[in-house]
Amino acid sequence: MRDISMDRVQATRENILGIIKNTSLTHEQKLTNLANAADGLLEVLDVPEGLDDLLNCDADRRCICDLFEGHAPMRPRYIVPDYEKFFKQGSAFLQLEPPTDFFEALNHLLIIYKHVPSITNYPVYLGNLDMLLDPFIKDLDDETVKKHLRLFLTNVDRTVLDSFSHADLGPVATRAGYLIMEVSAELENAVPNITMRYDPDITDDEFVLAGVRCALKTAKPSFANHKMFKSELGDDYVIASCYNGLKLGGGSYTLCRLILGHIADRARDIKDFKENVLPYVLDIQGRYMDARIAFEVEESGFFESNFLAKEGLIHRDRFTAMYGLVGLADAVNILLEKEGKSDRYGHSEEATRLGVEIMEIIDTWNKNHVNKYCEATDGHFLLHAQVGIAEDIEVAPGTRVPIGEEPAELVDHLNVLSNFHKYFPSGTGDIFPMDITIHKNPEYVVDIIKGAWKKDLRYLSFYSSESDVIRITGYLVKRSEIEKFEKGVAVLQNTTHLGTGAKHNGKILERKVR
Amino acid sequence: MTAVTAPVNKIIPFSSVDGPGNRTAIFLQGCNIDCRYCHNPETRVTVVMSGHNPDISEAVITVGDGPCQVDITHMTPQAVMEQVKKQVPFIRGITVSGGECMLHQDFLHDLFVLAKGEGLTTLIDSNGTLPFSKCPELLSVTDGVMLDVKAFFQADYETVTGSKNTYEVVLENAVFLAAQGKLEEIRCVICPSLYDGKKSVRALGEYMKSYYEPGAFHFKLISYRPMGVRPEYAHMLTPGTDYMNELAAILSEIGYQDTVVV
Repeated sequence: MRDISMDRVQATRENILGIIKNTSLTHEQKLTNLANAADGLLEVLDVPEGLDDLLNCDADRRCICDLFEGHAPMRPRYIVPDYEKFFKQGSAFLQLEPPTDFFEALNHLLIIYKHVPSITNYPVYLGNLDMLLDPFIKDLDDETVKKHLRLFLTNVDRTVLDSFSHADLGPVATRAGYLIMEVSAELENAVPNITMRYDPDITDDEFVLAGVRCALKTAKPSFANHKMFKSELGDDYVIASCYNGLKLGGGSYTLCRLILGHIADRARDIKDFKENVLPYVLDIQGRYMDARIAFEVEESGFFESNFLAKEGLIHRDRFTAMYGLVGLADAVNILLEKEGKSDRYGHSEEATRLGVEIMEIIDTWNKNHVNKYCEATDGHFLLHAQVGIAEDIEVAPGTRVPIGEEPAELVDHLNVLSNFHKYFPSGTGDIFPMDITIHKNPEYVVDIIKGAWKKDLRYLSFYSSESDVIRITGYLVKRSEIEKFEKGVAVLQNTTHLGTGAKHNGKILERKVR
Repeated sequence: MTAVTAPVNKIIPFSSVDGPGNRTAIFLQGCNIDCRYCHNPETRVTVVMSGHNPDISEAVITVGDGPCQVDITHMTPQAVMEQVKKQVPFIRGITVSGGECMLHQDFLHDLFVLAKGEGLTTLIDSNGTLPFSKCPELLSVTDGVMLDVKAFFQADYETVTGSKNTYEVVLENAVFLAAQGKLEEIRCVICPSLYDGKKSVRALGEYMKSYYEPGAFHFKLISYRPMGVRPEYAHMLTPGTDYMNELAAILSEIGYQDTVVV
């Protein structure tokens, strides 16, 4: 372990005292922040030379960001337990036999959720809920099932205090799936995030229509291109956290992100960016992620000691890592400006072409970089279009067209995006607030999704411009909770804090309504 | 195929309110009646093609109080289809509306033949004043008609439309299209200042009942709203939600399913 300066120790002590005295934080939020502060005192990772200037510089120059993962990762960032296996075998550690009915199944899930770690300290994956629960409700009437789903989902919303927590539905229609959507629409909770894995060849039209109706009430589910994910990750993929495609029984060790706009700032022109600046940063972020993964696997002791690994609910060799990026639009606009061109991302074929060329460079780099602990994905990381954090200012999410610059027509918007979704097996997504009139015509949304899948789009979210629950970037927040937090009142869910930052810095309430 | 053109007022690439699913909606210029509550009165005036080049012309028309310039483009079915293709595969079909699109039947026919070639469904949004029974070729490439029935009783109809000799044709069309399986939707704009909506909707429901079976067609009851309406008519009353729901309940009583209220 390397030494650190006394100045840094003193600054950390002041930070800790500030956390303790902060009246806008709940007890749990204080604990999380205190743990991060403590971990920040360590220097144990074998980081690449040159990282400091890219990671620890001023925010407006930062090219790499490790998204609060800390200096000594003690567990993978995202963990995806195999809950079906848990139902089959119970858990010795949790002293639970396999559940025998619906009520035991729900109680088992609520117990294990408390013990699934992640970057947020809350489970980022709650299971393919409809498939998990459907076998248990055969002999129960709808009202009984809904009553207990209501209790279960309310419990989750009030105890999983972070909406980077995902339950999946589909692709096959089930009675449990319909009832979960019915109850979710009624409750209008922010947690959990829900995705429907949708394949028009497998999923009933009625099921996806029920999904759209639910989404227009409460901003979930989102829709994942099942065929596309399956072809890349296999049958046993899940959607976790924001919209991250990961292997069941595995997860992601880490997620770091390139801030492409700031990388472009450092380049002289397009040629310099493509040939020198970008490849240099790609390599350093890659080796930084390698260092984080090596510590988790070889030194943290997580995979040897945690009950999820010991009981076979996760497997080290099903983990991978997410190689993230933000600000493709920023990079394209900055580089075109350096060439004396006024084309803007989202509005010009040349801008789109440059965006694709940049993605090809990143994708090719990733295909040539090998990490021996990413066997689950052929030894490579998975690209991820990260969509920003609350502190981001003037940073365009992932490959999205910046808010305020969306093309006038949705079809033109979708056609731009269709060039980029294919690069991101571990997730990308676009979000469209919808005018209330389509409540009368959910088939309108289904037609758009069906078309989108044919155009290689991966993941789409819709919400009504009038809903309380809205999608910020990859997570859900209640507008009414943001309003409370803005008045200085402590609020239950961590993501409300992030949503408030994103409202001011990311203009998320100003998205073009479709 | 003839080089027929039609005056196109506008094309909406994605529309959620012009028939089932997502559709490209094409609005043709010119109408043969004069509904007081018309919410796009700028599409009413007939535009005469100017000059020798029929491809593009521009007309300046005056609507309401002040001058209002509308760009009308005379387009061939092929040119319209090029615009429609940009939305494939996100749309399931096209809807042609107006003005009154049945004033351009040859154009409609040729456009629909092209749309069918792309696997798209084809709908007509019409005021029903021109007899569909006289255009079997057009109907053979039309999946359905969304038919306005402005009011069921003749006096009310004439109050709304200012049209003296089209009333019978509308009701004949409703029956004819239902019998042909080409009636997609019956639309009624409800405006309490102009006529008794309850009486009209009930009578229309009873009149059409023998041609109805579930899934065949449905009613759409549209609240009059002053947006876009000419100033001299914009003072008319908007029906309340309760009133609209009562109308939907009347239709439901008669046996109609899937009534839409907007």
